[in-house]
Amino acid sequence: MKKRYFIPLIYILFLMLPIYWLITMSFKTTGEILSGFSLFPQDLTFENYRVIFTDPTWYWGYINSISYVTLNTVISIAVALPAAYAFSRYRFLGDKQLFFWLLTNRMAPAAVFALPFFQLYSAVGLFDTYLAVALAHTLFNVPLAVWILEGFMRSVPKELDETAYIDGYSFPRFFVKIFLPNIKAGVGVAAFFCFMFSWVELLLAKTLTAVHAKPIAAIMTKTASSAGYELGLLAAAGTLTIIPGAIVIYFVRNYIAKGFAMGRV
Amino acid sequence: MTLELKDATKRVGAVTHIKPTSLILQPGHFNVLLGETGAGKTSLIKLMAGLEPIAAGQIFMNGVDVTKLSTQKRNISLVHQFFVNYPHMTVFENIASPLRVAGMAESEIQGRVEEAADILRLRPMLKRRPDELSGGQQQRTALARAIAKESTAVFLDEPLANLDYKLREEMREQLPELFAGRGAVVVYATSEPEEALMLGGHTALMNDGQVVQFGVTAEIYRAPRDLVSAQVFSNPPINSASVIKRGNEIHLDTVASWPVAGKAADLTDGPYSIAIRPSNITPERKSQTQIVIPGTVQVAELSGSESSAHFSFDQQNWVSLSPGVFPYDIGKTYPFFMEPSKCFYFAPDGALVA
Repeated sequence: MKKRYFIPLIYILFLMLPIYWLITMSFKTTGEILSGFSLFPQDLTFENYRVIFTDPTWYWGYINSISYVTLNTVISIAVALPAAYAFSRYRFLGDKQLFFWLLTNRMAPAAVFALPFFQLYSAVGLFDTYLAVALAHTLFNVPLAVWILEGFMRSVPKELDETAYIDGYSFPRFFVKIFLPNIKAGVGVAAFFCFMFSWVELLLAKTLTAVHAKPIAAIMTKTASSAGYELGLLAAAGTLTIIPGAIVIYFVRNYIAKGFAMGRV
Repeated sequence: MTLELKDATKRVGAVTHIKPTSLILQPGHFNVLLGETGAGKTSLIKLMAGLEPIAAGQIFMNGVDVTKLSTQKRNISLVHQFFVNYPHMTVFENIASPLRVAGMAESEIQGRVEEAADILRLRPMLKRRPDELSGGQQQRTALARAIAKESTAVFLDEPLANLDYKLREEMREQLPELFAGRGAVVVYATSEPEEALMLGGHTALMNDGQVVQFGVTAEIYRAPRDLVSAQVFSNPPINSASVIKRGNEIHLDTVASWPVAGKAADLTDGPYSIAIRPSNITPERKSQTQIVIPGTVQVAELSGSESSAHFSFDQQNWVSLSPGVFPYDIGKTYPFFMEPSKCFYFAPDGALVA
């Protein structure tokens, strides 16, 4: 083997090891997992996946998670687009301060907000709804999305706006037909980060839900304690949680490189 | 069609960017805005285009007050110095864009785009995107968009500044015929005096947010209203000095003097400023009326078939520009010949007097 492949190979091996372990575990029985070390499943089983896809408490966990994550991403981007446009195109009183302090919510751990949110959402009757979790996550995602989108918008010259107005485009038409296509990479990157944050965030999602909007990660912790540790089942559930993120990454992989290059991610 | 400004003013905060400006611009020839970078050319264009708010004054198009009208409704075109096209659209869609917004029928759009593309030799590029084109082609796309639209007013904000030399020459020749017979008021901003002279038409000289002189280009070149106008409309910079008229002679300090002639003879005795174009100071004697000024050469440049020399004389910097190749030695003193009858005379308040 050529020497230059050696380091990357090791690198990928270490990166993939935990994921590989999770996936093999998902195809093993709990007995085999507990019995000792094995690189491949000795007794290949799809039982774990069958349980997840047939038991409503399991698959509803996924539906719930995907629902509030999608809702959150849509709200975050919809709110962040006009805000980022204002920051990138206009100068107004305190704009620089505002832009910086947008990030304050990201300076505290999410756990800090769990208690006030729980109380607030219970009081207004939003507790245990998709909207509750989606809104709670916008607190972190909107500032991030504004920050990312502003960078992309800034790189579009103001002359493009002017040219469009001169051509007769109204502002909304310009925004949709001219501006958005030119920052679609930014929208992709921002949406990706919103999606990922919301997808992996557990504490708020768990605190704000009970039954109807319960996220998959919360279900995983609950089921585990009912009849001893069902390790195979947990591994299968874990494997399935990787898939949505992997799909999203696949679609925005080129944009993310661009986002990193712009120093805004 | 006309474009008229009445005391149009632009302020940002407490700073006045465009001082009250009144102009009446006509179609049929180029209206050149000539001034250095920062003189307010772009600001004035943005004011006329409605892209920036007007602080005071009015703007009329064809006699109709458009001061309060939004940019979208003014029926204008603008070509920027930087090549601005819609990156996500093909060249065809770029040119068609204003027509589509106006809701024109597809068959007419097709015809107009193709006509504009033919004039600007873009026909083979119609299906490409702007980033696949050269700089010249990108700027031609922007020009084609302006032509296809048939606007009331077309603003060209230093459209050739970012093109290479050869392309610039070529397009400068093309531009006037491009807009001839279209009935639009064409406003062309440039920082190069030669460009204004080549384009002809009318010129508005701008300095420090103000139009200092407006008129037929050749006329204001021949008769600048004051020293500032003369300075704006000269490249290399015009030479100027303080002189004193005493009787029948003009004295440049104690180092040079010449007999008054022409209009200068009618001036009362006293101090004046003179300005003389670099091309009227030559290293070779051209006529007997020329006076000799000895100059120590500091910088010498050779551009094509012209030689220019920056020299010091009487503790001032002077520039000479003449056809032909003169191998100046830096630091050496040469006799330069100045034609006094080509001097502009300005009164102490700056106004042209002779």
